[in-house]
Amino acid sequence: MVDRPHRAEALAAYALAAPAFLLMWAMLLGPAVAVGLLSLTDWSFGEPSISFVGLANYEELWTDRVFWISLRNTLVYVGLAVPLTVGLGLVAAITIESGTHGRAFYRAAYFLPVASTLLAMALVWEFMFHPTVGFVNQALRLVGLPTDDWLQNPDTALYVLIVIGVWQNLGLAMVLFMAGLKSIPPDLYEALALDGADGMWERFRRVTWPMLGPALVFVVAITAIRSFQVFDTVAVLTEGGPNKSTEVLLYTMVRQGFTFLRSSYGAAITIVFLGFTLLVTLAQTKLLDRRAHYG
Amino acid sequence: MVKGIFRHVFLMAGAIVMLAPFAIMISLSLKSPGEIFSPHFTLWPQQWAAWENYHAAFTKVPLARFLLNGFIVTFFIFLGQAVTALPMAYALAKLRWRGRETTFALVLLALLIPPQVPAIPLYIAMWKLDLLNSYAGIILPSTISVFGIFLMRQFFRTVPDDLIAAARMDGLSELAIVWRIMLPTAAPAIAAFACLSFIWNWNEFFWPFLAVQDEHLMTPPLGIAFFSNAEAGTAYGPLMAAACVVTAPLAIAFLLAQRAFIAGVTMTGVK
Repeated sequence: MVDRPHRAEALAAYALAAPAFLLMWAMLLGPAVAVGLLSLTDWSFGEPSISFVGLANYEELWTDRVFWISLRNTLVYVGLAVPLTVGLGLVAAITIESGTHGRAFYRAAYFLPVASTLLAMALVWEFMFHPTVGFVNQALRLVGLPTDDWLQNPDTALYVLIVIGVWQNLGLAMVLFMAGLKSIPPDLYEALALDGADGMWERFRRVTWPMLGPALVFVVAITAIRSFQVFDTVAVLTEGGPNKSTEVLLYTMVRQGFTFLRSSYGAAITIVFLGFTLLVTLAQTKLLDRRAHYG
Repeated sequence: MVKGIFRHVFLMAGAIVMLAPFAIMISLSLKSPGEIFSPHFTLWPQQWAAWENYHAAFTKVPLARFLLNGFIVTFFIFLGQAVTALPMAYALAKLRWRGRETTFALVLLALLIPPQVPAIPLYIAMWKLDLLNSYAGIILPSTISVFGIFLMRQFFRTVPDDLIAAARMDGLSELAIVWRIMLPTAAPAIAAFACLSFIWNWNEFFWPFLAVQDEHLMTPPLGIAFFSNAEAGTAYGPLMAAACVVTAPLAIAFLLAQRAFIAGVTMTGVK
């Protein structure tokens, strides 16, 4: 037996929630389920026939050389970009917050790449790494170091993309750390000073680092999730080359699913990509839980 | 004192690296081709070709059209996100109904899905509906922001119940409460959300890259990639001019509304 005001409230709630609920299913949850189902079929874009093939696409992935190269490149990218972004972001946040003078300027300068169009800036980086007139090689020549055609060399191209990625995301890590630093009670530093230990390193080791734990886990997770999504720079600067050295998961997915129209195979790669993202989230949840219980 | 100087030297060195690409972009956009390809780089142009470069950027490709598309797309996406997210956030935060917890769990689940995951089924659906190569095709997939729902729900929970009870006593409908009571009280959160939505969707490359081939529908990042492909590393001056023009709206908006931008980004995490 529901009384009238409650029923009216529930009806209003359904009406208010319905548009977003339907859109959420139509644009996110439904397609995500569809990708999973599609990956179990042999469907190619535009084909009239479709049949269930079980895990055949995943078996093909297992023996697909390009897929393994792509996976390896993605893991190298994430494995280097994440520690660099998080480390530099943390150093920037702590150094900027250690004084008041110029704080707003530095924060804006380090954050500006986050708010700028990556695709346009990637073209500037391409010019900076230009083999003859690029700024990087000119600077290296000036100090007598060897130069290279960085984006055309299979040994260096991925690292150039990592540099661009770190440059772009560092400011994001920085502002997230700044928010974390603000939540550390100042008395902890005062207590440390009373103990006679107020050197910069001591302050960092004994208060900042342990107190920043949850923020650190969060920033690592976000940076990792964003790094797994690397695509724009690959698409516009290297197209996966030279010699597949910058082939990454999303790029492989787009080539299979859209260029070669192999929708079901692309769907299987999407599922692998989703799996890594969920793994990061799971690790984050586990780490934060343990800290909450025992930390 | 020494520590303060050290801090500035260190941070200034970092700031130079962070800002260098912007400085180089602006510098190149003002230089003649001869100077761009000279072996000695100077930041300040020796031979000015600003007018030629910017003129070429706007005439070789429909750059003005790209910008217009960028504004149209970001505006309608944010409109769609706000119109759907606010009522649902209110229902999740302040109303009692069966299925509320399940719905919120679904929102949290959807929050875990990267935006590239639905691409293949959405592409198929848009193709069936004949919406590829149209504004609707670019806009529709982004009109839902589960992040926006989550953010606004958290904010609405802090709004006192008395305020809502008083509005009901005045005879306001639940929908009117969303727009006339909740919206104004949530202005700072909505501003932060608007900034985020603007950053994400102005810069979004992945979906427009898949869904649009027609030059006249290209958004700014897609347009500049198209320009770069067409010129294949020759017309750096005009290309950099176009890059400046595409980056400017966001950069200027950021410098004017730093607080809202940084607040928005800090509140996030994931799309």
